[in-house]
Amino acid sequence: MSTTKPIEFSRRGFIKTSSLASGGLLIGFNLFNACKPNVAPPIDLSLLDYNDFNAFIKIADNGAVTIFSPNPEVGQGIKTAIPMIIAEELDVAWKNVFVEQAPLDTKNFTRQVAGGSQSLRFGWDALRQTGATARQMLVNAAATKWGVDPSECTTNEGVISNANGETLGYGDVVKEAAMVEIPEKVKLKKPKDYKIIGTDAHNVDIDKIVTGKPLYGMDFKREGMLHACVLRPPAFGQKLDSFDDTAARAISGVVDVVQFDDKIAVLAKDTWTAFKGKNALKAKWKEDKKLESSEDHNDILDGLLDGKEFNTMRADGDIKKAFADADKVLERTYESPFLPHNCMEPMNFFADVSADKVELIGPIQTPERTAKSIADILERDEADVSLEMTRIGGGFGRRLIGDYAIEAAQVSNITKKPIKLVYTREDDMEGGIYRMAIKYRFKAAVKNGEITGYHLKEASFNSNMYGLIPHFFPAGAVENYQVDVANYKSDISTGPWRAPYTNFLASAEQSFFSELAELMEVDQVQLHLDMLQKVKGTTDDRIQYSPERLENVIKVAVEKSGWGKKEEGVYQGFAGYYCHNSHVAEVADVVIENETPVVKKITCVVDCGIVVNPMGALNQLEGGAIDGVGHAMYGDLAFKDGKPLSNNFDTFRLIRMKEAPLVECHFIENEYSPTGLGEPALPPAAGAVANAMKAATGKRIYGQPFTKNPELLTLPKKEILG
Amino acid sequence: MPTYQLKVNGESKSVDVSEDTPLLWVLRDHLDLVGTKYGCGIAQCGACTVHLDGNAVRSCAMTASQAEGKSITTIEGLSEDGSHPVQEAWKEIDVPQCGYCQSGQIMTASAFLEKNPTPSENEIKSAMHGNICRCASYNRIYKAVETASKNMGS
Ligand code: FES
Ligand code: FES
Repeated sequence: MSTTKPIEFSRRGFIKTSSLASGGLLIGFNLFNACKPNVAPPIDLSLLDYNDFNAFIKIADNGAVTIFSPNPEVGQGIKTAIPMIIAEELDVAWKNVFVEQAPLDTKNFTRQVAGGSQSLRFGWDALRQTGATARQMLVNAAATKWGVDPSECTTNEGVISNANGETLGYGDVVKEAAMVEIPEKVKLKKPKDYKIIGTDAHNVDIDKIVTGKPLYGMDFKREGMLHACVLRPPAFGQKLDSFDDTAARAISGVVDVVQFDDKIAVLAKDTWTAFKGKNALKAKWKEDKKLESSEDHNDILDGLLDGKEFNTMRADGDIKKAFADADKVLERTYESPFLPHNCMEPMNFFADVSADKVELIGPIQTPERTAKSIADILERDEADVSLEMTRIGGGFGRRLIGDYAIEAAQVSNITKKPIKLVYTREDDMEGGIYRMAIKYRFKAAVKNGEITGYHLKEASFNSNMYGLIPHFFPAGAVENYQVDVANYKSDISTGPWRAPYTNFLASAEQSFFSELAELMEVDQVQLHLDMLQKVKGTTDDRIQYSPERLENVIKVAVEKSGWGKKEEGVYQGFAGYYCHNSHVAEVADVVIENETPVVKKITCVVDCGIVVNPMGALNQLEGGAIDGVGHAMYGDLAFKDGKPLSNNFDTFRLIRMKEAPLVECHFIENEYSPTGLGEPALPPAAGAVANAMKAATGKRIYGQPFTKNPELLTLPKKEILG
Repeated sequence: MPTYQLKVNGESKSVDVSEDTPLLWVLRDHLDLVGTKYGCGIAQCGACTVHLDGNAVRSCAMTASQAEGKSITTIEGLSEDGSHPVQEAWKEIDVPQCGYCQSGQIMTASAFLEKNPTPSENEIKSAMHGNICRCASYNRIYKAVETASKNMGS
């Protein structure tokens, strides 16, 4: 099992120090190099400049500590958590730490990505080592000054003390510390001694957010910049034929209209005029093949599931035989539509392309990859390109794809003017890169009261589940097990969406298990626990989850939610899942209000290793669970002739205050490395809700959104009468 | 282009914009008050909420001329230093995730509590129902409104 393997690295390869002209000490470290196994140290450290580093600690003469956090902040709290870990090992008081966003190092394109809940997991060891190394250098400098052995010195909140009772602040020794050799071995704190990790820290931007300070790409302004809005083909699969911009150009404030690829950009003096100019464009579109509609999608996915062309992702034993020998077989198909990300801040980017540089500023989760694509597309040297990240008004996977930043660069390149390109909400929802529609077909064989065979088929668009997902539960728990996948290449652009693939797989699978438990006449939780027994002690190192940790979260969820012991009128549904390196169990409580089943509460128990910032972590889990419920209940993006049928929040329903359940979270306390929190609470939530709905209404829901067939969310007649 | 006289956060401002320009874009692009956010442009999400003579309104769905002669308050003018009880509660509960919707949430909550200082659970939920939070920080928004209400009473 690979969830707890330590990550090895060489310290020399990623840390460098120097004194600052302005006074103070700068420690640069290459976080992501440091996290990669077997990184060779650079040949000569003195030849490196600070562009090699993507994160810095600055300690000023007065002892103030500034930590430059390398990761873009999309709302997952990484800009708070990363500095907390460094500050812990550096041993400074959190209240004396300032946090800044580090700009992208465009010369060396180090890895700065926020996605997949991975940032903390990869950074954990490196961040602690970095903080501890810096601390040790300060201690060594102080010890030399005092003429004592460093081992006799201790630190506490930025102050070094020796056995004689003398003290020095970090700021007093920064000059000397910059000359000290970087220690190879440093001691890390024991988790029980943590003073910052595990305590509540507020969002580092909280004061700016509540007072409306400019933080986001949308808020960025540069003297003399123009605002750009782009008309794109209205249907996926269409191309630009011709266009007439007379009416657009006639609008006062419209400065220019330019065409690039199959798109037309209107540049104007302000955002509203750019929107108006875009709407005034008259364009003709063409297509050379049939445009896709949702009915076609449905048939395509069914065709894939019924067909024979699959990629087998994992196959254990002999499922054919298991099904032939079975006492009972259950087969069910679950479906889910395309989904837009709907980040609250629409896509936007600033670009200023001139003869000597390409300057980019905006909200992006993949600065490195995007800057590189832009250099390629504009045929520019990568060294000319700089990219600065703003705070991000929601990511959910959408801002891993830099198409909108590329558009901004293209428009600025044509006009050679600084521009800010802004999507309208309609642009954002219609021109998205969506979570693909998916169908899952599950088939289980039961013999002598045990699950003897399990066959999962996935039909999807453009891509399929990848990597380790086929080795998630119930892999390892069923002797004869197979996962087959197939996809159809669609014109509709698709990409990662919060908790890729598992966002729907978990919901469907956990609902299927509930039905299977009914068929086997056992409690669903008991079925889960029984299955996990079989995985304990497995020698199959492809298995990703830990049966012990999953068992533990399930048991705690049973206790905290009062599973099986609820008063009359409360209907519960269970889901237990592993994904994104975290183990989660959730129980949904549904109650009847006005003869309608309502999701009241989700009890969520999480094992995500050490919790760095409980306050931030809880926010992620609450949001993740509600997001999961919201999209399962309401999320639906249908297509007609290549056009999305929803383009704003009047036609695409997002969950709102009155529909949001209370999420009650519990953490498992342990000393495992921290794992991500942005994603794991989302996938099981919809499964727990579907199972609770079944308990309340007697009806099982096989399709998302649940509201698509309102009949499934009503009580059976007798309940209403009774 | 017509000129409009607006009173924003206690100051008189004069702007030249086309008559169909929504107040939202007047604030953001012409008065540099970018705390008021664009989310949908069609009065569906509440990200653009400001106070007009103390009432919470959607600035994306009204023009500058409709705001003339009235007193406009944006998130930047809700308090001098972020010390309005609603802002304080938002900090205490640490509500934001991405944060983008939050100035709209705060403006809705502050206008609501002004009129109904001791709301019930249902009243809070109804008042905040019009503001979408894509990050789904709803549990905390609720808690923060409740906290602000308590603090305003004490
Ligand atoms: S931007 Fe005004 S309500 Fe959404
Ligand atoms: S905090 Fe992200 S939309 Fe509300």
